[in-house]
Amino acid sequence: MARISRTSLRTRLGATALAVLGACAGLPAAAQQPATPIKVGIALDISGPFAALGAEARDGFALGIKQLGGKLGGQPVQFVQTDMAGSPDQAKQLVDRFVQREKIDLFTGPIASNVALAVTPTLFAAKVPYLSNNAGPSQLAGAQCNPYFFGTAYQNDQYHEAAGQFAADRGFKRMVLIAPNYPAGKDGINGFKRKFKGTVVDEMYTKLGQIDYATELAQLRAAKPEAVYFFLPGAMGINFIKQFVGAGLSKDITLVTSGFSADEDVISTVGEPMLGLFNTSHWAHDLDNPANKAFVAAFRKEYGGRYPSIYAAQAFDVITAMDSAVKAVGGKVSDRDALIKALAKAQFPSVRGNFRYANNHYPVQNFYLRTIGKDAEGRVTNKTIKTVLENYGDAFSAQCGMK
Amino acid sequence: MNPILVFEQLLNGAGYGLMLFLIAAGLTLVFGIMDVMNLSHGSLFMVGAYVAATVHVQSGSFAVAVLVAVAVTVAVAALLEVTLMRRLYGRDHLAQVLATFGVILVADDAVKMVWGPSPVMAPTPAWLSGPVELFAGLPYPSYRLVVLGAGVLVAGLLYLLVNHSRVGMLVRAGASDRWMAELMGVRVRRVFCGIFVLGAALAALAGALMGPLMAVQVGMGESILIPALVVIVIGGIGSVRGAFVAALLVGLVDTIGRAFLPLLLRAALPPAVAADLGPLCAEVAMYALMAAVLSFRPAGLFSAKA
Repeated sequence: MARISRTSLRTRLGATALAVLGACAGLPAAAQQPATPIKVGIALDISGPFAALGAEARDGFALGIKQLGGKLGGQPVQFVQTDMAGSPDQAKQLVDRFVQREKIDLFTGPIASNVALAVTPTLFAAKVPYLSNNAGPSQLAGAQCNPYFFGTAYQNDQYHEAAGQFAADRGFKRMVLIAPNYPAGKDGINGFKRKFKGTVVDEMYTKLGQIDYATELAQLRAAKPEAVYFFLPGAMGINFIKQFVGAGLSKDITLVTSGFSADEDVISTVGEPMLGLFNTSHWAHDLDNPANKAFVAAFRKEYGGRYPSIYAAQAFDVITAMDSAVKAVGGKVSDRDALIKALAKAQFPSVRGNFRYANNHYPVQNFYLRTIGKDAEGRVTNKTIKTVLENYGDAFSAQCGMK
Repeated sequence: MNPILVFEQLLNGAGYGLMLFLIAAGLTLVFGIMDVMNLSHGSLFMVGAYVAATVHVQSGSFAVAVLVAVAVTVAVAALLEVTLMRRLYGRDHLAQVLATFGVILVADDAVKMVWGPSPVMAPTPAWLSGPVELFAGLPYPSYRLVVLGAGVLVAGLLYLLVNHSRVGMLVRAGASDRWMAELMGVRVRRVFCGIFVLGAALAALAGALMGPLMAVQVGMGESILIPALVVIVIGGIGSVRGAFVAALLVGLVDTIGRAFLPLLLRAALPPAVAADLGPLCAEVAMYALMAAVLSFRPAGLFSAKA
């Protein structure tokens, strides 16, 4: 009970405070710019369940905006940034405001798929292109695909399929799969199984937000698999890894996970116990391409030597993608058809190297195998080993009617 | 069924139960004796975890980290008692719930301002980071054994304090009939402040000990608060002994539910149904236990107000 009332109270307080703040912030900017600037709505998640991920995304957005001098395609831009706290209800209200009062031309930001799905009807009705910097729900990849939605980061299933492919390549025979008992957890395990060739000894579904994994670890010890694939986002993964290593299981069982549970934000919390863990991702801070090298160097300079995480890189990519599309249409963002076409070409220097959109506006891109080791400075971090899936699309694009 | 696995799961259940006990003991003292519903107890747990994690990384000593965490949390709790709790003692539970709920919001945001929104690193002390071979075929995380030991030790000390000391006598007197105790000359205010601070110290100890096992993050106090409330309701509000027994029961039921219910269901039902039903039943086990106990003993197992 305490939790439910807490969320709704916060939502209401937060929405009121933000409405006041937004009104104050909006006025002087409008007064200075007689010609209406391009408006970009950015939904932040700096509070709520995805606060840590949202903070990374915010840093990526901020760096991208700073490097472009606050402009897109050389045109003056107003970036309207608001905290949506990872809550679908709150996000829906704030996006309604973005569309009706601010009349935004482009939108990005939410971390979670359920929030993305909650705000798309408003955006699609108002013909506002939405570049997703993280969420990649399957619902928008298949029959319900929409020209105004760009899953710029990835399609959710791609991540787990890449991990399954690695496990198959590596020749693991017996594996246990662990995920929280909620839709994305089951999707994750299904995605993994689509590519994995060996035997799945057990599938464990844990409580969403579980903190103690002693029970599951005891069962792992008894089941004696060669490797474990775990999809436990955020703090759940942190707990699981720490307790797995503390139980001495890392000697006999290899840990495999998606890039989400093994990125810089998790590493900075867990540290040494993560050494040797395998994970798959569509981006890594040591990927060898000029755009990425420049991004990582700038990010580390801006934020005290910290490596960027996937979320920061994806956010940075979204700003760059918007910049190139606005440039391509000569700043005429009101011509939405031209803007959509320019966005769909994805002709921007992505930090993940080359990628293109499939017909459903989800990426066709490479997935890499990474392992956690130490860099030259002795910092625990990810190292890219090889490409696991090359120019890989998603399982749903065939059902999408868009050309 | 593999006997080692069963034994290990029982040990896990006891460990989880003892950790719940550390949190629930403080909660039940404050609620049972002072009749104050303090939702911010979980925030004190969070403060303990954050301070311990920070001091441990800075100083390198786990013992120092635990001591500093308890000291800082006690100071925070004393401040809270003087500025807020004191005004709530005579009020109804709704006012207490609202006010201490406000404390949760403030505490979460304050922690976010100081430490940021990301979880912080709480390392396991190096000498406890590996497993210990309890007997052949059962390596067990040594850190969990330490947490188990600490839980038993605190339970023993609390038992002595409550049942065999003058302070304990006042505490028990206050719990069973607060007004009569006051009439008999107990300085209730001072006892109250002491109990509140003791509860905070226990929460901080739990936070400091749990840090290395779990993610130290904003809101960690709220997720632990619900099982802790279940424990004090089952145990009988105000009873430390009840909290101890109930915490062990809840720990065991929860662990056994998660470990063996899915297996049992899988034997009896098609796999797809079992996969959906198993985790659900395991989640409900704790509440089913509470319902079962309350239907036989509505005031809990060891009600202090018998």
